[in-house]
Amino acid sequence: MGGVVSAGSTTGARIGVITFPGTLDDRDAQRAIRLAGGTPVALWHNDANLHGVDAVIIPGGFSYGDYLRAGAISRFAAAMDSVADAARGGMPVLGICNGFQILTEAHLLPGSMIKNDHLHFICREQPLIVENALTAWTNQYTVGQRIVIPLKNTDGQYVADERTLDALEAEGRVVFRYADDGVMANPNGSRRAIAGVTNERGNVVGLMPHPEHAVEPGFGPDSATGARQGTDGLPFFTSVLTSLIAA
Amino acid sequence: MGRVIVEVMPKPEILDPQGKAVVGALPRLGFTQFMSVRQGKRFELEVAGPVTPEILAAAREAAEKMLANTVIEDVVAVFEDRAA
Repeated sequence: MGGVVSAGSTTGARIGVITFPGTLDDRDAQRAIRLAGGTPVALWHNDANLHGVDAVIIPGGFSYGDYLRAGAISRFAAAMDSVADAARGGMPVLGICNGFQILTEAHLLPGSMIKNDHLHFICREQPLIVENALTAWTNQYTVGQRIVIPLKNTDGQYVADERTLDALEAEGRVVFRYADDGVMANPNGSRRAIAGVTNERGNVVGLMPHPEHAVEPGFGPDSATGARQGTDGLPFFTSVLTSLIAA
Repeated sequence: MGRVIVEVMPKPEILDPQGKAVVGALPRLGFTQFMSVRQGKRFELEVAGPVTPEILAAAREAAEKMLANTVIEDVVAVFEDRAA
């Protein structure tokens, strides 16, 4: 794991977390930002004003009940127009689970998610391999690093056409891949075991697993240091604080 | 009152896990003649007046923009429901 940014140097960074009707993990995302040393700012889906935040997290859940398609209705929320503009301007944006689905529906990230190949809801401690450690959200990891964070969804199978997949691979835009833990090689049938991707610029990242649920010892996945001690998700949040300082 | 039908299907190259589950279950009911099933969506859009060419064009636009995700789905039909 890379260096952890001290809280003192980063408390100025304000990270927005958008809440939609049906969002579940907004509080966990806010808490993760706080634990990393940033200042969380609650944003509302129906408010186009991003209140001057430095970065935005679109958290997990079942916004609008996943009606139509996961993320399909949320992408038209007032806040998402502002997020799309800000993302095109280079602001760091992270979509977790339902947030990733919203970012693909908004065409801020390529591909889409469909139902898991086995059709079941899945909830497990999921190992991932870091493939890109240059994005705004992953610069505190190293390429090839294996991390474990929770995965919990029904619509988690990442799909895109072969041309898009080839382009993502060639441009290094696959950020995380599911790793084989001896139980499952690929938990949902995602093409090329892709768990997360980024845009061309590396400021927008989306992934299905949940880094915000692995940020504090005692409340994370099991790890080598003991039960529930895993904090492999924390570098997402220190990464963005680092990238904001560097910007 | 008029009604427009919009039909959306998963793109041929995209796996349809729900269709696969359905085709797996059919033989258990004795339906062994169906080799594959693909599951799509049908939308019924109602308007106050008659279905004009403009209404159909708007339905087509709504279908491409929102009712379907054209990354994984195709809008296969947009037509007036004359029985409505």
